[in-house]
This record gives sequence, structure tokens and C-alpha cells, in this order.
Amino acid sequence: MSINRNVLMFLGMFGLLAIVGFGQSWSVALTILNLCLISAVMALGVNIQWGYAGLFNVGIMGFAALGGVAAVLVSKPPVTEAWSAGAAGIGLAIVSLGVTIAATIYARRQLTGRLRSLASLAIIIIGFFVTRGIFDPSVSAIEAIEPAKTGYLGGLGLPIIFSWAVGGLFAAGAAWLVGKIALGLRSDYLAIATLGISEIIIAVLKNEDWLTRGVKNVAGLDRPVPREIELQNAEWFISLADKLGANVITFSSIFVKLSYSVLFAIVLLAILWLSEKALKSPWGRMMRAIRDNRDAAEAMGKDVTRRHLQVFILGSAVVGIAGAMLTTLDGQFTPGTYNPLRYTFLIWVMVIVGGSGNNWGAVLGGFLIWFVWIEAEPASAWLMNLVTSGMYEGSALRDHLVASAPHMRLVVMGLILLLVLRFSPRGLIPEKGGR
Amino acid sequence: MTDILNALILFSNFVLVPATAYGAQLALGALGVTLVFGILRFSNFAHGDTMAFGTMVVILVTWWFQSMGISIQPLPTALLALPFGILATVGMLLTTDRLVYRFYRKQRSAPIVFVMASVGVMFVMNGIVRFIIGPNDQAFNDGARFIIKARDFKAATGMAEGLTIKVSQALTLGIAVIVVIALFWFLQRSRTGKAMRAFSDNEDLALLSGISPERVVMITWIIAAALATIAGTLYGLDKSFKPFTYFQLLLPIFASAIVGGIGNPIGAIAGGFVVAFSEVTITYAYKKFLKYLLPENLEPDSLMQLLSTDYKFAVSFVILVLVLLVRPTGIFKGKVL
Repeated sequence: MSINRNVLMFLGMFGLLAIVGFGQSWSVALTILNLCLISAVMALGVNIQWGYAGLFNVGIMGFAALGGVAAVLVSKPPVTEAWSAGAAGIGLAIVSLGVTIAATIYARRQLTGRLRSLASLAIIIIGFFVTRGIFDPSVSAIEAIEPAKTGYLGGLGLPIIFSWAVGGLFAAGAAWLVGKIALGLRSDYLAIATLGISEIIIAVLKNEDWLTRGVKNVAGLDRPVPREIELQNAEWFISLADKLGANVITFSSIFVKLSYSVLFAIVLLAILWLSEKALKSPWGRMMRAIRDNRDAAEAMGKDVTRRHLQVFILGSAVVGIAGAMLTTLDGQFTPGTYNPLRYTFLIWVMVIVGGSGNNWGAVLGGFLIWFVWIEAEPASAWLMNLVTSGMYEGSALRDHLVASAPHMRLVVMGLILLLVLRFSPRGLIPEKGGR
Repeated sequence: MTDILNALILFSNFVLVPATAYGAQLALGALGVTLVFGILRFSNFAHGDTMAFGTMVVILVTWWFQSMGISIQPLPTALLALPFGILATVGMLLTTDRLVYRFYRKQRSAPIVFVMASVGVMFVMNGIVRFIIGPNDQAFNDGARFIIKARDFKAATGMAEGLTIKVSQALTLGIAVIVVIALFWFLQRSRTGKAMRAFSDNEDLALLSGISPERVVMITWIIAAALATIAGTLYGLDKSFKPFTYFQLLLPIFASAIVGGIGNPIGAIAGGFVVAFSEVTITYAYKKFLKYLLPENLEPDSLMQLLSTDYKFAVSFVILVLVLLVRPTGIFKGKVL
């Protein structure tokens, strides 16, 4: 029965998308679908951390942004002059930073007492100034090269689809570092620490122009699918459109969006399949055992800290993949647009509403909440127009209410989260009781 | 000698005075977070947006007063509107407690559930604030701007560097001192304050001795609302009001509360100043300052800025991590539950 109910809910979700397709346009419906697919992947990543292991990570935005960086660094052609101007200096600065960190750790291990604090402080201060001394001139050298067009190192010039894997790796690397520092903390502190780290990642991406051009953005990213204009000139495409009796231009845009959907769906299904396999394996049972009773699991000889680190890295990698997909779909990387409400807390609403601990729930939550997030805007505008229709044209209050209507969707999201937490804390598709 | 004095004036003008005002604002915010943590035992993610909500009401009432021509020049009208903002925020927080948190208290839910509920409250408050006043900057300081102007200071002392002290900065410090004294008097001397401390220290024991938990919780929310509104209004007077900035203040405020020792009011104040001073000193460009102090041939040509201003979040965060690693209970012993 519950299987049928879940299938019905998914059918209902696609029904909603179809209504948009018939009511507004198929192009809009496909745009929403694509972002639904990406949101579902992100929600899967959060579910791995929260649902499997009970880790409260509110740094999703940072890991998604790292995925976006991967899209830039993989797909953009390298800027050769910038490489010859400053790459060596940047490399040396990174080495110097590494040496500083290693020396600090060594000093802290070898020395004791007051000498230890003094020595580590001295090493950090010297290391900081040496690193800055090498780093700053190289950065200005790189940023001086055609700042309006490049002014950064560029990337590897590979097809952008590789960046999805690289994005996962970047996020996994960052998660390893963060996890090493923050996972020992109690749950609230982990939340605050991850919130801080995501803000720092965004600050770095906004400021380090040599890496990502900062707030100047990187536009015109490569695409894994053909461009509309190429399709419109291709023989086979025109004849296909003829056969279907569709307008070539509209059909080309729909075709491109559909190709994205297929790619995203493949990734989503692969990750979903792997997550389900993992959840049903001994590893998954162990994770849930740790989540439900940490002390008991530890007494049984499970290395809780290591397992937490592992699951934190896996979940963040999935978020990184989704972040790279998102930047690929946008075709540009804009660090200024990352906002924790949209990239962190909205994903959390998806997981909680869908059903924490259940992968299918996370996917459904990703679809449904993204749909509501998008459609809440026209819906509240419509509602406001209805409410204010009694007021006379041009009244200040009416204009204000109608103009502010888009902000209603934040309230809607908060209310959905609160209502689900209160009345249905297990979500739409609850976790199966696997015992 | 004049060089050293000039350097000191420069340093006071750009580091000491702004950081003190900012520290007082953070301290007031962190006091709210720490009280809620001490009594209700969860990190309130909605605190930044509570500040925004309170400040919004203050701004609206200020505009209303201005339209009626009421003012208390040279002080900003917002001070007159402050009690109204506090009342509205108290109402708001008591409503959210009744509708949201009380249920989980009855259920004795895990702290993490409270944190999630507070994320929901954060969304709603954020939406309401943006809906009512819009997402843009609002300046509402209509009082006199300066106590000491740089030009007057230069004329009076004959120094090359000027010192500016804004009215909002002096007000911040003055009000913060009054609020903190009142709060500590309340916590240490009054019957209710003692009940609150007992409740925070050992809930079961407090319940056994007949302290009403609902009353303690209610008073906590009232105080948190007052602190949040005051902190938000002072921050808005000093800088400007923008809903998203207030949301972002959450991070330095959490950092202050934890650095000082969460659950400990003295720690929250100390933490506020530690975070504010680190942020400002690390992101200040020392070029001119060193120019006064160093002999001519050693003058620096770079800005001598340790980190760019945009990394100020990183500073509060690094302090936070260091404290958590080295001394998890904070500077003054707080709770680690």
C-alpha cells in the first residue's frame, strides 16, 4: 500500500509539472524540471548526512559553490599569459602555506608549555608574511592581464561535463578539512561551524579574482549539449521538427532543455541507486545504528568519528556534483548570487518535507519544494492582486502589497517547514523501519 | 612625539571607536542568544531576523513620528520609537513560542529539533520583514550626526589627524552599559532573575523547588526580544538597516556567544568585544599608521592590510574554531551540554 502511495505522489508531482506545461508553456515546465532534478541531487546529499548519520550541516551553499568553481576551472580555456605571469608565484605561495601549516603542527607536537604557544605563534606570523610576500605580486600580475576579459588563470579547457566529477572531488576535499575540524563538536556547534565555513568559501570566491574572476563573474561557459542556433541550422533537426509539425525555433529550445533533463536524470538515478544500495548494505545499517544510539555503536567497536567523517565527505561530494550541474545549466558562475536562504536552508526544507532518512523522500522533497518555491511567486502575485482588487487603482498600499508579493514565498517556505516538523516530522515518505 | 600622537589618533578614529561601538552591538545580540541557550537550550537561528523585525517596527514608528513632527533633537527619533519596537517584538516572540517551541518543550525534543524549528521561524520572520519594509537599505537616523567632527578636532588640537565620534557610537555605548547593568541587576538580585539562573543551572532541581518553567521561558523571550530590538536599532543607527545584513550578523553573534562561553552573560559581552576588535584590527589597512611610527626609509608602500575587508566573517569564524578547539567552554566557563 505504501509503495502505491509513493508512486501516486510521484505521479502527482509529474502531473503538477504537466499542468504547468499545458497552462504556462512547456519551456517553463522543463526549466522547472531541470532545477527540480538538481535540487533532488542536492537533497540526496543532505539526506546522506542528516538522514543516514544525523549530521546537521548548514554549509550546503559553500559546497555547491565549490562545484560551481569546478565548472569554471575545468571548462574555461587556460589564459597562457596569466600562467606565465603568475602561476609559479601562486604555486610557491601554496607551498609556503603548506610548509607553515606543517611546521605549526610539528611544533605543537614536539614542544610543550609556554614555548609551544610562542613557537607556533611565531611560525604562523612569519609564515603569513612570507606567503603574502610571494602571493600578492603574482596575484596582481595575473589580474593585470586583460582585466576586462580574463584577469584570471583560466581553466583546463576540457569538456564541462567532467567538471561534475571534479566538483564532487572539490567538495569532498573541503568536507574532509571541515570534518576534521568540526565533527567532534556537538550538533549545534557543527551547524554554526558549517554556516561559517560556507560564508568563508563564498567570501574567498568573491575576492580571489585570480581564481574565479570574483564578482566580475565568468560568463559563457561551455555546454554539454548543442546550442539552439546550431540545431536550427542542422539538416536532421529541421526535418525532425517538420515531422513533428513543430516550430523549429521553439522546438530547438525545448530540445536543448530536454537534453539537459536527460543528463541530469542520469546523474540523479545513478546517485539514487548508489545511495539506496549503501543504505541497505551493512554500512547503511551501521550508520543508522550510530545515528540512533551513538554510545551503543561505539561500545560495539564502531569508530564513530571516522564514520561521521566518511559520511560527511560523501554527502558533501554529492552536493558538489549538484553545484557543478547547476553552474553548467546557468552557463555562468556568479559568486554574488549565492544566498544561504536559497542554497542551504531551502535544501533543508526539501529533506525534512520529503522524509529524512529516505532517499526517495529526499528526491520527492527536492521536486516538490522547488516547484512550490518557483510557483509561489506568481501565485502570491495573483493572490495579492485578488486581495487588493477592492482598493482603488494607484493607491500606495496596493502598489506596495503587489510589489512585495514575491517575498511571501519565504513565509510560505517557513510555514511549510514548521507545519511538517510539527504534524508530520517523518515527512512525506517516511524512513522504513528496517529492524 | 607628534607623530606618535597622530598615529594614536588615527588608530582611535578607525579602529578603537568603531570597534567599541560594533563590539557593544554584538555583545547585546550575543546576550540574547546566550540567554535563550541557557534557558531553552538551543542555538536560536532566528535571532538575526528577530533583530531585523524589531528594528523594522522601530523604523516604521520613527517614520510615523516624523510625519507627525515629533522629535527629540539632537537625539534620533528612533530612541522614542524603541519601546514600541520592543513591545511588538515581545509579542512576536511570545507568539512564536506559543505556536512553535512550546510543543517541542512538552515533547522534550532533542535540541536539534528546536534548531530546525528556529530555521523555520527565521524564514517566516525574514519573509515578513522583507514583505513589509522591502529588501533594501533604510537609513532612519535623523538626529545630530557627530559629537566630535574631524575638522573641529584638528582645529582645536592642531594635529594633522582628526578624530570623529558619531552620536550613534556614543549612544550605542551608553545604552549598552545601561542595558547590561539593568540585566545583571535583574539576574543577580530579583527573585525572577534568580529563578532563571537556577533553571539554567539545573532544570530538574529548579522544578522541584517550585519554579514555574513556563514563566521562566516567557521572561527569557521578553528579555531576548528587548535585547534584540535594542541591538538591531543601535546597529541600524550606526550603519544602516538592511534585512540581509541582519541575517548575516548571526555568524559574528554566535561567535561572540561561544567565544565568551555560551550560556554565560559576562562571556557574551567579552566575546562581543573580542570578535569586534579582531574583525576591525585584522581588516584595517595600517599603511598610514606605520608611516607615522617608522623612520622615513622604512615606510611601507603596500596597504599593510592583513586581510581584505570582505574576509571579516572569516575572522569571527577562525576565532570561533580556535576557541572550540583549544577551550571548548569559552573564555569564561560556559556550558557544554
